[in-house]
Amino acid sequence: MMDGRATLRVPAPSRAPAARPRHASTDLAALGEPYLWTLGGCLALGIAMVAGLLLLVFWNGALTFWPQPIAVLELAGGERLAGVETRGGTYRPRPDVVAALPPTAQAVVAQNRGLVERTLYRTGNFDLYGDDFRWVSSFQIAGIQYPTDMLFVERLEWGVFIGRLRSFQVGAGEPVQAAVSDAAFQAAHAVARARAQSIRAIERHEIGRINNTLERERLGARRVAFDHGEGSGEHQAALARLASLTSRLEQDYAGLAREVERLKAMDAQDRARFADVGGREKEMPLSQIVRLYAANDLNAVQQVAIYLARWWEFVSDEPREANTEGGVWPAIFGTLAMTLLMVVVVAPFGVVTALYLREYAKQGRLVSIVRISVNNLAGVPSIVYGVFGLGFFAYFLGGSIDQLFFPERLPSPTFGTGGLLWSSLTLALLTVPVVIVATEEAIAAVPRSMREGSLACGASKWQTIRHIVLPRAMPGIMTGIILAMARGASEVAPLMLVGVVKLAPELPIDGTFPYLHPERSFMHLGFHIYDVGFQSRNSEAGKPMVFVTTLLLITLITAMTATAIVVRARLSRKFAGSQF
Amino acid sequence: MTVVTSHRSPEVAGTAYHPAAGGHGIAVEIDKFNLWYGKSQALFDVSLAIEKRMVTALIGPSGCGKSTLLRALNRMNDLIDGVRITGKIAIGPQDILDRGTDVIQLRKRMGMVFQKPNPFPMSIFDNVVYPLRVDGVRDRRLLVETCEQALKSAALWEEAKDRLYESALSLSGGQQQRLCIARAIAGNPEILLMDEPCSALDPMATSRIEELIDGLKADYTIVIVTHNMQQAARVSNNTAFMYLGRLIEYGDTDGIFTNPTEAQTLAYVTGRFG
Repeated sequence: MMDGRATLRVPAPSRAPAARPRHASTDLAALGEPYLWTLGGCLALGIAMVAGLLLLVFWNGALTFWPQPIAVLELAGGERLAGVETRGGTYRPRPDVVAALPPTAQAVVAQNRGLVERTLYRTGNFDLYGDDFRWVSSFQIAGIQYPTDMLFVERLEWGVFIGRLRSFQVGAGEPVQAAVSDAAFQAAHAVARARAQSIRAIERHEIGRINNTLERERLGARRVAFDHGEGSGEHQAALARLASLTSRLEQDYAGLAREVERLKAMDAQDRARFADVGGREKEMPLSQIVRLYAANDLNAVQQVAIYLARWWEFVSDEPREANTEGGVWPAIFGTLAMTLLMVVVVAPFGVVTALYLREYAKQGRLVSIVRISVNNLAGVPSIVYGVFGLGFFAYFLGGSIDQLFFPERLPSPTFGTGGLLWSSLTLALLTVPVVIVATEEAIAAVPRSMREGSLACGASKWQTIRHIVLPRAMPGIMTGIILAMARGASEVAPLMLVGVVKLAPELPIDGTFPYLHPERSFMHLGFHIYDVGFQSRNSEAGKPMVFVTTLLLITLITAMTATAIVVRARLSRKFAGSQF
Repeated sequence: MTVVTSHRSPEVAGTAYHPAAGGHGIAVEIDKFNLWYGKSQALFDVSLAIEKRMVTALIGPSGCGKSTLLRALNRMNDLIDGVRITGKIAIGPQDILDRGTDVIQLRKRMGMVFQKPNPFPMSIFDNVVYPLRVDGVRDRRLLVETCEQALKSAALWEEAKDRLYESALSLSGGQQQRLCIARAIAGNPEILLMDEPCSALDPMATSRIEELIDGLKADYTIVIVTHNMQQAARVSNNTAFMYLGRLIEYGDTDGIFTNPTEAQTLAYVTGRFG
């Protein structure tokens, strides 16, 4: 070989091994067929479970707002009951209950082996009955009707009212008999609603602004006292300014308060009188009625209109009635703002860390330990991050910020308590391993030939990373960010410690200076689900809201992820193209 | 064509082969260059002088160290962990293996073409002017002129002039390799290093690149690593045959292919091993 004259060595012919019988066909194990079936089965099972869950949520969530008919039941004892059928089931009544039934009903129960069907009706009228759901057994029902004049009334307080409209009155006028479809009634209702909204606007915005100004000036004066000393000339001047401002603002306030009083007096006069199915009357201000409709007298267009109006209310309004009614706009906003802020923090932090680990750090024991630790961080229970976030971000960092910049507000904390910013940072910490791992892999997957090509052109390492490696790795980095986003948006446990609250109608962005309020606590859809489903006084009323909110949360996360995926696809297309 | 009369073998290592006068002088002088990957030595006492504005081919079987030697010239081996070197590689008065050498500036004096075309995922224009951009050139007019010249030199201008701002990845493999050559010469280097530039191309594309190399040697010193002995015979002026990390024989191409001194060279060029 070495000298080029080497002869080819032909191996000596050896004896052939004993002939083995040939198989007629390749056996299944060799083809891997059973493993293939197992894999396919596992995949199918997984997909079925995910699809089933999504279908359940979608079905329940999508149907919640559809206007349902109101049934009026004639019960065996002569009692009448009106309600919306919610769900059904069977149960086994106590023997003495069965014994007290008429013989025909007993026979039916016996035929069903002691089981009785029952239906849950949403009766509403919590203020009259002390309950708004009622189980009705099939043997109790003597007859069902769907009268067209039964109204489904959504109110600001006390939940739903189900009954008939008797009369309404406007101003000092006499009560007028009316049906719900009368133009006069509808106009009066619209006027009352508009008036209630203007009362709310005055209370929330104008009086709120006066309060804000007063508070800011008071804190300003306190600040002067801190800076120049209590009783110093500057402090005296500030106090004098505050006093004059206070008297002026108090005049404004008194004017607004009078206006509100006047409107409220008018509001109290516009009333409607309803009667439940048994004839018990209930009077309420027209402004308390959010929406009312004759549930058994709707055509398809009206049904769709009500359905869409409820959805709109749900996504654009604030919650009421301990979150079981109204909308979830603050929670949508809080979830979005928190997730986006988290991405803004986690993306650069994770990418820079991964770049250093992969490109600059000397690969050795230390880097391996760092890498293992990062991977382990992904496995720490999220509540631990919550505790850490509360202790480090809120109490330590936030407390220090308060000491330094907001001493006049102490002892009430500004940044020194849970808030949007601290929640985002906590979740950023929670999701940063995902971004680091994905980025490292994406960087490692950039072909060596690309880097060498760039370096051979006289580019420095930084230029190579900046112009070649990072753009090439961008789709992979985006994948990491998408995963981090999905994880972060669906996390609830740590947020309960660092800033999510049950009710926070004030958004972290609003019209009062300085417009961004990252220190404010906020609402979150995930926490909202927990709160409505498990912390509300009326779990039956909260149940549909759980499904709707879950549907909304899934939709929101899907939308955010889809946006990121579109961005990633656009990036990959830029780098796609065959080598040959 | 330089007439080379002396051939050298490992037994007389230490006296570098110098092509006879009459050429354009020496571009790179490699002196007793050794290289280790970790504990295993890849190059043994290689001494070689590369002539200016000539094509020097490095041939030899796989693993003989010819690519390693080529990559030593622009210190691409620095990227590999555990590489250790001794010896001297001089370009003019400068020893490029010296610690104080500014590697980035050194690489700007060299253009390199790789085995597989490696256009960057950007437009054709951006690819060609990349060496200028990383050198800090922002003058648009200069960039456009350089791009045109480089593409013309790389015989790609006619095909690419209407699609300069399209992705370079939309070019065919042969076009991509010519683009890489354009990119390598856009920075106006002194030396062009080619690491098996045709091994991933079909015969048509190969012959175009070979024509190109023939034209480029008027302006550049070219060092080309090739597996293809016909190619070495066609394009190069001088040929170095390497085997197992040693320089076996170096001389003018005609001599190496028709009348080699060493038996191993004869065996290799006649296709009896390798």
